[in-house]
Amino acid sequence: MELLFALVIGTLTASGVYLLLRARTFPVVMGLTLLSYGVNLFLFASGRLSTAQQPILGTAENYSDPLPQALVLTAIVIGFAMTAFVVVLSLRNLADNEDDHVDGCPPAHPANSKQEQEETGK
Amino acid sequence: MSLPLVVLLPFLGAIAAPLFAQGGRTAIAIASSVPALIALAALFPHWATLADGGVVLHSFEWLPAIGISFSFRLDGLALMFALLILIIGLLIIIYAHYYLKASENVRKFYSLLLCFKGSMLGIVLSGNLLLMLIFWEVTSLTSFLLISYWTHKQDARRGARMALAVTGGGGLALLAGILIIGNIVGSFELDDVLAAGDLIKAHAMYPVALVLVLLGAFTKSAQFPFHFWLPHAMQAPTPVSAYLHSATMVKAGIFLMARLYPALAGTELWFYLVSFTGMATLLIGAYTAMFKHDLKGLLAHSTVSHLGLITLLFGMGTKLAAVAALFHVINHATFKASLFMAAGIIDHETGTRDMRRINGLWRYMPHTATLAMVAASSMAGVPLLNGFLSKEMFFAESLALNLPGFWAWLPPIVATLAGIFAVAYSARFIHDVFFNGKPVNLPIYPPHEPPRYMKFPVEILVFACIMVGMFPAISVGPLLFSAAQATLGGAVPDYQLAVMHGINLPLMMSVAAFVGGLLMYSQRQRFFDFHARFKEIDEKAVFEAVLMRVEKFTHDLTARIENGSLQRYAMLMVVSVIAVSIVPIMDLGIFVGSEGLSPIDWPTALGAGFLIVSALATAFVHRERFTALVLLSVVGLMVALAFARFSAPDLAMTQLSVEVVTMVLLMLALYYMPSWTPVETSKARRVRDIVLALLAGTGMTLVTLAMLTQPFTSISEFFLENSKPGGGGTNVVNVILVDFRGFDTLGEITVLAIAAMGIYALLKNTALTPPPGDGQGHTWTRDAYPLMLKQVARPMLPMALMVSAYIFLRGHNMPGGGFIAGLITSVALVLQYVANGMIWTQDRVGIKYHNVIGLGLLFATIAGAGSLAFSYPFLTSTFGYITWPVVGKFEVASALIFDLGVYLAVIGATLLILVSIGRMSPHSAIKSPRRKS
Repeated sequence: MELLFALVIGTLTASGVYLLLRARTFPVVMGLTLLSYGVNLFLFASGRLSTAQQPILGTAENYSDPLPQALVLTAIVIGFAMTAFVVVLSLRNLADNEDDHVDGCPPAHPANSKQEQEETGK
Repeated sequence: MSLPLVVLLPFLGAIAAPLFAQGGRTAIAIASSVPALIALAALFPHWATLADGGVVLHSFEWLPAIGISFSFRLDGLALMFALLILIIGLLIIIYAHYYLKASENVRKFYSLLLCFKGSMLGIVLSGNLLLMLIFWEVTSLTSFLLISYWTHKQDARRGARMALAVTGGGGLALLAGILIIGNIVGSFELDDVLAAGDLIKAHAMYPVALVLVLLGAFTKSAQFPFHFWLPHAMQAPTPVSAYLHSATMVKAGIFLMARLYPALAGTELWFYLVSFTGMATLLIGAYTAMFKHDLKGLLAHSTVSHLGLITLLFGMGTKLAAVAALFHVINHATFKASLFMAAGIIDHETGTRDMRRINGLWRYMPHTATLAMVAASSMAGVPLLNGFLSKEMFFAESLALNLPGFWAWLPPIVATLAGIFAVAYSARFIHDVFFNGKPVNLPIYPPHEPPRYMKFPVEILVFACIMVGMFPAISVGPLLFSAAQATLGGAVPDYQLAVMHGINLPLMMSVAAFVGGLLMYSQRQRFFDFHARFKEIDEKAVFEAVLMRVEKFTHDLTARIENGSLQRYAMLMVVSVIAVSIVPIMDLGIFVGSEGLSPIDWPTALGAGFLIVSALATAFVHRERFTALVLLSVVGLMVALAFARFSAPDLAMTQLSVEVVTMVLLMLALYYMPSWTPVETSKARRVRDIVLALLAGTGMTLVTLAMLTQPFTSISEFFLENSKPGGGGTNVVNVILVDFRGFDTLGEITVLAIAAMGIYALLKNTALTPPPGDGQGHTWTRDAYPLMLKQVARPMLPMALMVSAYIFLRGHNMPGGGFIAGLITSVALVLQYVANGMIWTQDRVGIKYHNVIGLGLLFATIAGAGSLAFSYPFLTSTFGYITWPVVGKFEVASALIFDLGVYLAVIGATLLILVSIGRMSPHSAIKSPRRKS
């Protein structure tokens, strides 16, 4: 079970990082969302995995660790606020620059294309 | 109390003195003198203590945790320097009064001079090394401002910049050195450091600390190879040159060496570093002084040379040499300050400082000439003047130095050679300026004596030169003895302050220096011709060029790293995270810990499989934005299920409702954005990104696996035990949120509120026209809000509100609470916006969400502050039970009010965010917002 859980977190991270490195804002936002799923699960996992031990007193023999759960609960809500903020930044970028490239200017821009060439070694 | 007062007074004076500007220049000069007079009076009563070798200490705590205290300490050494600073400072104020022209900014001058005086006193009176360093830096800054006093002169600005760069750099080194010493000793208090000399010298870090401290001292005191800044600092007004750059500030480095003498000196490393630096500086300064045609240039290089002499004496490491060094500090300050003032008078009266033009001034200003000639003779080391005495001591010490073989000859030869040059340039100062024919083409002709009292400070200093020279034991004997006692940390060797010690080797060296020096001066044309063969290096140009190159390099480097591409920054960030974590992860070695793996059941495996596939698919199809978004929502739902599976019902409910809101948010964003992503990056770059992503993913997998299979103990036992008795609830997660860790939650809803307000501000007055179609030829349908959804959504609202109220109220004992209830209410409201449109819904809701956020924060804070009224700490909660008619026994906890705050803040924030984004579209404008031109 632990291996499976670790693989889930790893996949979320990998997909998130790949999208984070894209050139347009929307994939980057999706990447951040995936990453925050991964991080929340990781934080949650620091209390270990247990089944049918919800920390509601009187409902089970043993209880899972409530502290990481409390932390993750607020992290989920704050994560939403962060995602929203990034989305709005990208909308504002779209409104101001009429483009959704993360660098703030369209790739046709001389400075940008020059850097693009440098990067790819052409 | 008197010591801090002595340091503070000049700073107060710096503020107060300019206020007297109304009263004219004389008033401001008098006002500027007051602090020094009070300070002298304040120091006077301490003399009795100091004469017995005692120490006066006044200290208060400042930052005890890091060892900084306001501690002021007066001993013989500090007193000697403090008297130099105060007395010469007073004379300088009188002198400057006549020197500065009426049109100049006198207020600025006196203010800066007083600031400098205060910080210089701070250096010598500090009883804490870090405090001393602060004053040290202030002297560098005030020196910078004073050198560039004539801001319109380019040379002055450049000279000031150079001085600041060199001394400021040295200050940094000194800071590092002090921190190391403090670390070794365990205290920055001077008393502790001085007592721990053996400990410091035996420590492995001693060489590093020594080199760093000496770097600070050498840069400040213009030692080779950092001496070049001092001659360029001569662009300052002459009172500044006389005060800062010959008498006091450049002696700060010397003071530091004397101050830390018991702690650092006495090792071989100290000997070689300090004495050879001193020797090089002594010779180079003396040689260069000979060839300067500028009066102040000659004096500046001579100052460099004398500073080298004092350094060399400290480097020798013998106790007598240290006494000689201290003696020469006093002597040099008196004769050099008077010479600078004389040079300033000559400059003032003739309009030039070029010795090739200034000749034969004896005829025009005999009074000034006499004073200058006495002072210059002292500089040359003529008997019966103070310069002679310390020079004899220096010669004697150079002979006493015990070096092996041939090297034993080096110090006496260097000393004699430097003596020859000193006689030669002093002779030049006397003969070339006051005799040697007639003046050539002077800007002011004929020159005459300056105002009577401009000469007064020079007279005082020259008088001191003679008094010390003739009656050393009476005039400076006690002061020198107490300074030596403080420097050496106790036993002072026997020494005789007498005018003549009989015919001995040092005297013969003096004679040789005189004969050689006069001979050299008489043959000066040959030396000038010889010197002219070498190309003169303009240090300023070199310095500027180096500075420009460094600037260009850093600029290029910054431009290379920080090229404005966010995409690249993100890549660099990921790369650094991987680079930093790769070694620790490798160090884990075994990734499956002692707890081992638990068995897998197939529903969980199926869910995990779903999650993995949809996460990968999201990345894979990300160009098709809608498809990717749908897949992303699958991931989010699976995460919610994972929480539910692993005993976290609260998390599952939160995740589920946040997922809905997030999807609405992203759909809304996509409404404005292109619905597909173009192919822009090269294949190589995509492969690179995939590799980075896989590395990151592998790393996270390994870390998670290692963490999950480790045995662990949690601090949560406390929460589980106290949740019911202490917090009155059985849902431990909720009790933690609203009670145990309530302050965290308050912070978190505040962040939420700030994010929402930030979004509102970002989008205010921003309009975006959504693209008319999906970019692939399909236009959006023009249909209004779908009828079915409209009809279903409206009756949903009251039901949803009821559910959220239920979830809210039961939260303390069952899964639920403010966060989840708030999100459910938000979803219900958002549904109305989606189904009925912005205008219709906003008209009926009729609430400003800003207010809801504010109300939420207010409730949460009041609930917390309420406990203060009953003198419990902030956010202490209480609970009780009441019986309601139909419901029965019901628990009421004060935490419920707090949770209500959370509930409202979440609703307000979520809806403010979504409504702000929604109203950007011109189609849904309530009041038509300004369109983008």
